[in-house]
Amino acid sequence: MNKTSLIIQREYFSRVRNKTFIITTLLMPLLFVLLIAGSTYLSMKGKEVLNIAVIDNSGYFKNNLENSSNITFSFPAGVDTNNYINKGYSAILIMPKSTGNGGNNYLLRSKKSIGIGSKESIENKIDAAIENKMLQDAGIQKSQLDSIHTQSQDATLNTVEEGDNNSTRESNQWLAYGIGYGSGFLIYLTMLIYGMMVLRGVMEEKTNRIAEVIVSSVKPFQLMMGKIVGIGAVGITQFLIWIVFIFVIMFGVHLFVSPETMQQVQAMQQSGTMPGAASSINASQSAQTIYNIQHMADTVNWGLILGCFLFYFLGGYLFYASLFAAVGSVVEDVQNSQSLTLPITMPIIFSFIVMANAVQNPDSSLAVWCSFIPFSSPMVMMARIAYGVPGTVPYWQLFVSMFLLIGGFLFTTWLAGKIYRTGILLYGKKPTWAQMMKWAFRRA
Amino acid sequence: MAILSLEHIKKYYATQKAVDDISFTIDQGNIFGLLGPNGAGKTTLLRMITGIFYPDEGTIIFDGKRFDPLNDISKIGYMPEERGLYKKMKIGEQALYLAQLKGLSRHDAMQKIKYWFERLEMQSWWNKKIEDLSKGMSQKLQFVTTVLHEPKLIILDEPFSGLDPLNANLIKDEIFNLAQRGSTIIFSTHRMEQVEEICNHIVLMNLGKKILDGTVKQVKQDFKENAFSIQLAEAPLSIASDAFDVLHSDDNHKLTVKIKNGYRSNDVLLYFLQQGITIESFSEILPSLNEIFIRQVEGTHAVTRSFQKIA
Repeated sequence: MNKTSLIIQREYFSRVRNKTFIITTLLMPLLFVLLIAGSTYLSMKGKEVLNIAVIDNSGYFKNNLENSSNITFSFPAGVDTNNYINKGYSAILIMPKSTGNGGNNYLLRSKKSIGIGSKESIENKIDAAIENKMLQDAGIQKSQLDSIHTQSQDATLNTVEEGDNNSTRESNQWLAYGIGYGSGFLIYLTMLIYGMMVLRGVMEEKTNRIAEVIVSSVKPFQLMMGKIVGIGAVGITQFLIWIVFIFVIMFGVHLFVSPETMQQVQAMQQSGTMPGAASSINASQSAQTIYNIQHMADTVNWGLILGCFLFYFLGGYLFYASLFAAVGSVVEDVQNSQSLTLPITMPIIFSFIVMANAVQNPDSSLAVWCSFIPFSSPMVMMARIAYGVPGTVPYWQLFVSMFLLIGGFLFTTWLAGKIYRTGILLYGKKPTWAQMMKWAFRRA
Repeated sequence: MAILSLEHIKKYYATQKAVDDISFTIDQGNIFGLLGPNGAGKTTLLRMITGIFYPDEGTIIFDGKRFDPLNDISKIGYMPEERGLYKKMKIGEQALYLAQLKGLSRHDAMQKIKYWFERLEMQSWWNKKIEDLSKGMSQKLQFVTTVLHEPKLIILDEPFSGLDPLNANLIKDEIFNLAQRGSTIIFSTHRMEQVEEICNHIVLMNLGKKILDGTVKQVKQDFKENAFSIQLAEAPLSIASDAFDVLHSDDNHKLTVKIKNGYRSNDVLLYFLQQGITIESFSEILPSLNEIFIRQVEGTHAVTRSFQKIA
């Protein structure tokens, strides 16, 4: 095994010391944040500014149309469809003669075409204005309606499942959803990204024509495992750096936000009555939410979840990385590899879809079966585990799934080793999967 | 004393018999030539000797014991025909890596690398990347990594391809040196003139079988055609004789003669001496290995073998 560890070291350090690696690892979180911030900014900036003149002969809407940041309504005199552009308005809105009935046609004439967002926004404002007026006519105040609304949204539903011995366990849908989906997504990303890295890494010996030289010093299997483990280690290093970064950023944000919220809470406590009953309701609501989160966090068996995540993360990586390595050993450039990697990426994508479903239906037969099959178990089982072990997932199911996954990656590693030892020395024609399988059952 | 002994080695693939019952022995200190046309099975044979492939049948005896790839690999150096290096790695680092893979400790490896780099004038290359080297330079480096760990058996497959005469000479000298110091060298090539220069024993393979096996001298003797070259000072009076046929003569009074059965070289000399002509030189023309190779392999459909199926 000494030679394998030599190979692992070389693979690891040659990648980790690479300038590209350092730059991508450090920039990724930054780029990610920028992307989100940028797209939000752009979507806000992109809202068109509309200055609308309203022709309302009945006077119904005069004070009822709400302005927003980008759409303003004015009620000028002496503006009609001929001169509204000259007077500096982007559009003219003509109200029908009789209002208060639904289904009336309102007309908006504009110089430039109006986007869908703005159109819907204007429609909503007209609806709101009508609703307001009708409420007024019926004698109901808007502020009364609002406060009723807020107070009625106070019900919290506690969900419990049947457990052993007639006890019940709390179940937390949102948390289960979050953990299940999150870990499933992480595993999905890892397998695709690092699978491809293994593929390219394995091709390195072929493109550099050094395969035979290395294989005269070590067994092909040692070379393959060295690459899989070495590249996996690079992946884990990258992950850890990102996680640390995220924590640092979150901690930094926390430091900035905390003093302000602390002051707010204190201020609310000191002055008992704040403007409107709504605020005190808000305070108790946020207190409740914090309590809920802490409570949810306690109900989760973090040790089990983390342990299982680690197991399925590694198991899934080993399972698929071997297959990618097998493909990498028979091709010499990435384009050629696409037809061969298809049968590998298909199950990964399929598993993701099943996982997304299993997170909502952890007990469906599809979810159960897919949490056993090694192809999909890493993602699907994590989705189900978040709902509780041994509740949704009995211990025996967990063990069977783990056992099958171990068997699975032992098998794919063995298979890949056989394909690798022949493929690595083959130059020229690209084999099909059928041919590759034949090599597996042939002696060296 | 034999360092390598192959006994009835066979390797069959689905479509052909790559190596079909080959046996030979190589003595220590020999420079051994493994020859044959493309597709003869040379590379497959070499891969079995280096433990990359395993024979379907037959035994390999290395250094007196049954060949054990795991342990014996450290005593063998192999420079395959398809040889390259990690382009992005630094040269010193790469030599170290390959040496360690062969089983050398870091310390020993460093010492040996320094020794060879000095010997072949490569000291300044240590921190350069492989991709910065010219072809000749990288070949030199590959040679160094092959012999670094002082293997008992060194296998070189087309070592001179791409080398200019200067570097080729350098490598040739090193090969002789290594043989003198006790290493055995297996040399596989198509360049017959190099084989004549360097090797003392050869095996010619074709279609997976062994066709010739012997020292270079012996093989040439086996294929000699009793042809002699005689350089005369002046034109002879006559060249008709029962002892020989004249195959060729040029303006410079140089004759190529073939001695007939029952006669010998002395008869040729006597013939011209009796005419009183001064003989400037007289020597046997042995066939070149190139000619022997072509004669043996011609017409055997060697090249199209890979397209044939097993009968």
